[in-house]
Amino acid sequence: MTKGTHTVSFTLNGEKQTFDTRPDEKLLTLLRREGYRGTKYGCGQGTCGACTVLLDGRATYACLLYAMQAEGRSVRTIESVGTFDNPGEFQKELVAAGAVQCGYCIPGMVMSATALMETEKDFEDEIVKEYMDGNLCRCTGYEKIWVALRKVLDRQAAEGNKPAAKKTSSKGAKNEQA
Amino acid sequence: MNRHEKAKNFKQVNHSVIKIDALQLALGKDSYVADFVPRDALTIKMLWSPHPHARIKSMDVSKAEKMPGVKAVLWYGNVPRIAHCTAGQGFPEPSPYDTFMFDKKVRFVGDRVAAVAAETEEQALAALEVIKVEYELLKPVFSLDEAMAKGAPVIHDESEAHVPIPIPYEPKKNLVAHVACEAGSFEKGLKEADFTFDQTFETPYAQHCPIEPYTSMAQIASSGRIVITTSTQVPFHCRRIVAKTLDVPVQKIRVIKPRIGGGFGCKQEVLLDDVTAMFALRTGRACLWQFNREETFRTGRTRHPFRIRLQTGVKKDGTITAINMDCINNTGAYGGHGLTVVSCAGSKVLPLYHCENIKFDGKSYYTNLPVGGAYRGFGATQAFFAMESLMDQMAEAIGMDPMKFRQINHIREGEGSPIFAALGEGREGTPMTVGSNALAECIVQGAEAIGWKKRQDWRGKTGRYRRGIGMACLMQGSSIPDIDMGAASIKINEDGSFNLLVGATDLGTGSDTVLAQIAAEELETTTDKMIVYSSDTDLTPFDVGAYASSTTYLSGEAVRKAAADAKRQILATGAEMLGVLVEEVHCEDATVQNKDGSKKVSYSDIANYALYQKNQYQIIGTASHITKKSPPPFAAHFAEIEVDTWTGFIRVLNYVSTIDCGTAVNPTLAEGQTEGGTLNGISYALTEEYLFQNGRMMNASFADYHIYSMRDRPPLQTILVPSYEETGPFGAKSVSEICINGPAPVFGNAIYNATGARLNEFPFTPEKVLKAIQAVEKK
Repeated sequence: MTKGTHTVSFTLNGEKQTFDTRPDEKLLTLLRREGYRGTKYGCGQGTCGACTVLLDGRATYACLLYAMQAEGRSVRTIESVGTFDNPGEFQKELVAAGAVQCGYCIPGMVMSATALMETEKDFEDEIVKEYMDGNLCRCTGYEKIWVALRKVLDRQAAEGNKPAAKKTSSKGAKNEQA
Repeated sequence: MNRHEKAKNFKQVNHSVIKIDALQLALGKDSYVADFVPRDALTIKMLWSPHPHARIKSMDVSKAEKMPGVKAVLWYGNVPRIAHCTAGQGFPEPSPYDTFMFDKKVRFVGDRVAAVAAETEEQALAALEVIKVEYELLKPVFSLDEAMAKGAPVIHDESEAHVPIPIPYEPKKNLVAHVACEAGSFEKGLKEADFTFDQTFETPYAQHCPIEPYTSMAQIASSGRIVITTSTQVPFHCRRIVAKTLDVPVQKIRVIKPRIGGGFGCKQEVLLDDVTAMFALRTGRACLWQFNREETFRTGRTRHPFRIRLQTGVKKDGTITAINMDCINNTGAYGGHGLTVVSCAGSKVLPLYHCENIKFDGKSYYTNLPVGGAYRGFGATQAFFAMESLMDQMAEAIGMDPMKFRQINHIREGEGSPIFAALGEGREGTPMTVGSNALAECIVQGAEAIGWKKRQDWRGKTGRYRRGIGMACLMQGSSIPDIDMGAASIKINEDGSFNLLVGATDLGTGSDTVLAQIAAEELETTTDKMIVYSSDTDLTPFDVGAYASSTTYLSGEAVRKAAADAKRQILATGAEMLGVLVEEVHCEDATVQNKDGSKKVSYSDIANYALYQKNQYQIIGTASHITKKSPPPFAAHFAEIEVDTWTGFIRVLNYVSTIDCGTAVNPTLAEGQTEGGTLNGISYALTEEYLFQNGRMMNASFADYHIYSMRDRPPLQTILVPSYEETGPFGAKSVSEICINGPAPVFGNAIYNATGARLNEFPFTPEKVLKAIQAVEKK
């Protein structure tokens, strides 16, 4: 990397940080360069979701965002969600459901689901799909990702007295109801 | 007891243990090639051909070499010119050596022209802009008809192009491969038929779309050796092919495969590694080359488009008297997998149904279009579309339920097919009888799940939205008999854990987990005691790699044999420690014990004894495995759809995939394979297509080449139907490829059942479906 011509400051996973950058550098490139490599490059076109991070709580494609657009804002990456000793709820369920095949899309999925869980009160299927639509997976057919996600959402809904989804199309979710 | 009941007694196999790398990946820990790139690595960028067919009259890279940050430029003027094959197959390949690191000729839009390694991506891209290339445009070949035409432009006119084994290859006619066989007499069979059929089917281009694009990094180790870390399905073939292409000894190269972000066949191709390795050699620096998504679509490998003429004859009683399958595939600009894909169109499809008179002819042709490669399903996907479409039509002609027609005709346990012996991969095949087959049960369970009984003839259906039910039966293989080899070694550690080293290549499928379960089952310990390492050409034993549905069946049996070898040593040492004869002890729950369990010693104690205390040695088992069979997994797929007859839009109401994969070593992972492959097949059947303009693929993004998202996912039901394959590890055979073959024929048949419209080509886009419906209504 050539020397940065500019700097950018933002809150990264809760910690205020300043990085060298250039105006044409994408946030994804900066993050990976700085060691936040759980955020993946998949398309560079804002279509696959492997690079999803949270920007002020909203799921955002880091491959499209210029690093300098993050100035003064709050960025969260997969590194903030869980550790080996203390994985996030969705991460735990993904592992238990056998939803992680190649795993390349999973960090992005986790970030979109985090945005969903922290933003919405209602976890109806259609709303869930809206949030997860921007994260492509070619390995799983989404079945087990869906099962894992529904499990977490239904549990959260039950705990927070949020309404659980009424109707679902998936086999796994049907089993959930049974 | 049914043989498959045996699997119920297994303690590790046939259990859905947690995939061993799942948490690491879910946490986003460094796992994939690009996660291991040093900060000072150079970035590689390629200048791609903008022309489908041209000769390079002159090239000037001198300006690019002087651009800021540029460390090296590679082009045909400064690299060895060695004809090779990038297909990533065994050796010698049944594919033409028709590729050079760089050539003076470009053969498709997306072919290599020149490459730059620079300090940053921006600098590399800037340097590409100042490379001067003068092209002499040649007439391009964009279709099979143009490729086969008399006097067609010759795409591979270079003198070096050849196939390293004696099989037909006529580049002057653009012919990549030709294979043919006949069992019985097709002509005779046709005469015996009450009804005859003759139809032509077309199948489209498609891309694998792993979310991790092709990625390769090469570095020079302190020893001077080249270390390539790459997203490959075939690390050992990669080493061999790069060594040949660079003209360096195999000894000088180490290939490391870390976690892979999906492959589905496209990463069998050795597509980047010669360039990354060459740049590392030239610059002494770490060099990274990662395709962007456009490059993955245009230059990455694709599914070969096929034209299939299928002729059949059937008697009123349902006997299929004759089948003639004539396949022509378009390999695009290079010929890798041309022969094998077209062979598998016959060998993985024609044995499914009883027929005494079968003829097969398969040809592959070059065109100036994107290059075909290995893609999950591998020819069977294309041919099953034709076969299963015609099965429905034959059933209708004789007035038989299409399910019953399949039930009375499909191959059964203990039966063979002349096709198994006739069609191999670049040579004759291997005679085989089917040892395990639960297809009959797959059909019954799938029919029940979809509600086959409510299926009605299309002629009674009216209204805008019409529902239809379709089905297809499928088979595949498990490894390439007499050709593929997998090996494994396993050694014990002080705490009774084991290092399991395999050349087998987990590309996200979960094979590391499956192989660990097999080792643990054989060793009477638990899967969590296995530390699996795959794969590294310096450290792990050889394996052909992840293709041809071979890993569970072939590498799995190698692992079982290696574990059995280690177990013999554990038993001997345990007996020595207990002071009893080895015949008196057995392994149980990670101990060696005598018959009544009164004397026992743990694996941990055995390891410590063997490593430190007396008659010291390393308990290590190693084994290789080849197969004499390629036992087919079987599947029956069903779907109910709703066709909007005003727009041609298809809604999938329910999709049922059954699968007989023998023992499912890990049922959850086997389901996951089936679900993922099926959805890929659904997306392929309904929406995925390559759109071309003058040979240039125009829709090279996920915005324009749609693959299914969570929202698009229709209801999908997977049913594992057990059987027991005696020749596989703990009864297992393959699982991953077969499922992708189903959706195209299933939907084709369902559309017909809904509307009476029969489509012989897909994707079944609304435009195509509507046109077909309108044609029916005009009749």
